[in-house]
Amino acid sequence: MVTSGPGALPRTRRRRSWLGLAFVAPALLVFIAFLGVPLAQSLWYSLWQWDGFSTATWAGLSNYTALLHDEGLRSSFEHAGVLVIFYAVLPVTIALGLTAILSRSIRLRGVGVFRTLLFLPQVIASVVVASTWVAIYSPNGLVNQLLRTVGLGSVTRAWLGDFTFALPAIGFIGTWLGVGLCLVLFLSGVSSIDSEVFEAARLDGAGIFTEFRAITLPALRGQIVVALTLTVIGAIKTFDLVYVTTRGGPGGSTTVPAYEAYSKAFQQREVGQAAAIAVVLTALILLVSVVINRFNPKDDG
Amino acid sequence: MKISRLEAGFNYAVLSLFTISALLPLVGVVLSALTPRAEATGGLAIPSSLAWSNFKLAWAEGHFTVYMRSSVIVTVAVVAITVVLASAAGYGFARLDFPGATPVFFLLLIGLMLPAEAFIIPLYYNLRGMGLTNTYWGLIAPQVAQSLAFGTFWMRNNFKQFPTSIIEAARLDGASEWALMWRVALPALRPAVLTMCLLLGMWTWNEFLIPLVMVTDESLRTAPLGMAFFQGRRSTDYALLAAGGMIVAAPVVIAYSFAQKHFVRGMLGGASR
Repeated sequence: MVTSGPGALPRTRRRRSWLGLAFVAPALLVFIAFLGVPLAQSLWYSLWQWDGFSTATWAGLSNYTALLHDEGLRSSFEHAGVLVIFYAVLPVTIALGLTAILSRSIRLRGVGVFRTLLFLPQVIASVVVASTWVAIYSPNGLVNQLLRTVGLGSVTRAWLGDFTFALPAIGFIGTWLGVGLCLVLFLSGVSSIDSEVFEAARLDGAGIFTEFRAITLPALRGQIVVALTLTVIGAIKTFDLVYVTTRGGPGGSTTVPAYEAYSKAFQQREVGQAAAIAVVLTALILLVSVVINRFNPKDDG
Repeated sequence: MKISRLEAGFNYAVLSLFTISALLPLVGVVLSALTPRAEATGGLAIPSSLAWSNFKLAWAEGHFTVYMRSSVIVTVAVVAITVVLASAAGYGFARLDFPGATPVFFLLLIGLMLPAEAFIIPLYYNLRGMGLTNTYWGLIAPQVAQSLAFGTFWMRNNFKQFPTSIIEAARLDGASEWALMWRVALPALRPAVLTMCLLLGMWTWNEFLIPLVMVTDESLRTAPLGMAFFQGRRSTDYALLAAGGMIVAAPVVIAYSFAQKHFVRGMLGGASR
């Protein structure tokens, strides 16, 4: 394996350089075989019409133009956009609000306990989370129970079976998951702000809003970037929650790109169309992470 | 910083109120799981008696002996293989320069952001062609590939921070590069390796799409996949579903309760899969 041919580099350095490749090679081979090659194949598949069995016919870009023309496919991407509001915008906003209230006293004793509890939903399998919320949204579930308690019995319904409310209902699960994540993230960011800064601001008579705008928010830029990256990508690639709660229904009102890609590829046998959806979904995710990370303060210099 | 008692009290109240409402769905699951089946309506209610037998019944009815075994096999294999491959690759990138290291590293980094949808469709047909669908390897290999991006990135950063002087000293003593990585650096990086193992273990345990696509054989179903089928069969048996959900979530939740700092730190570092 170690060759010592002629070269400009001294022998030991040369030896080490090929050794580096040997260290990386096993991981790289597995990565290429099971991820890199299929990724490239996705692009190739997306240019064909194929049912998974018989001979494929060339489709050109028609699988991509279908994303614009086919109402079901187009709406799946629109639904992903709605989910971004629920998964990312709402949690970041709510968590920032809570952080503003809490930022002065983040060194309170016992904050660690709250952090542990608030973060707990993040480690639970999404299938289990989904199954939990199926019960919560059921006719006699927690949501309707609360509505009846406050005298709003007339608006109770089977939330996941409702054309208008099923998508927001799924979105709210994302909000619930996201707020805990964002809050833990922001509280850890605030705890690294020098407490003297807050004290000085307070001596200057700064109110809670000024303090938040001038101190907390700028200091949290890095955490906000991480929170947005995780939650926006999570929203765009939603699959597990939709699969378990509604399978895209009722009437396609909760279908999302990842679910369409799965269902086209493995149930409706439109493999090329599924690959095109997957390619656009992937491009969208890469684009979103690049755009959001442009705001990362670490990249300023 | 000194804050008034009143303000501290107010902050505790806000934080407690919010934490309680955030945990309400999980409290509901625990209560449902303990409610006698005839009583369970999916709502939040104190059970009239504690039906511990729900867990036993859910375990049997949900075929969890099979699914949990499958999950354990896949998770242990993915974590073990990834740790070895990612440590070697991370060491290569951090400590040994070789031609093309930078572009290759960036190639791997793209894997950090790729959703499984990006590769799973052709991968399914590739693995089917090789006879690997409906096997443990069909579940393990794709998840190792998916874990390698994060694993390599994580190990490279940690090997980079490892004091060069120690490596150089051992190198002068004649240790091979493999021994430097495996015997000198890795043992000192145990906390970082533990964080990585816990995160990879959690992601693999909780993974849904890859098992859903790769196996149809019931004996290979992982716990979350089995849970989804259980949900489909027993959609209104809320007590059993809640008990089943707790069974599936338990291993990760237990690991989290012992090592929550590792989970929080690792996931908030921006790590995702």
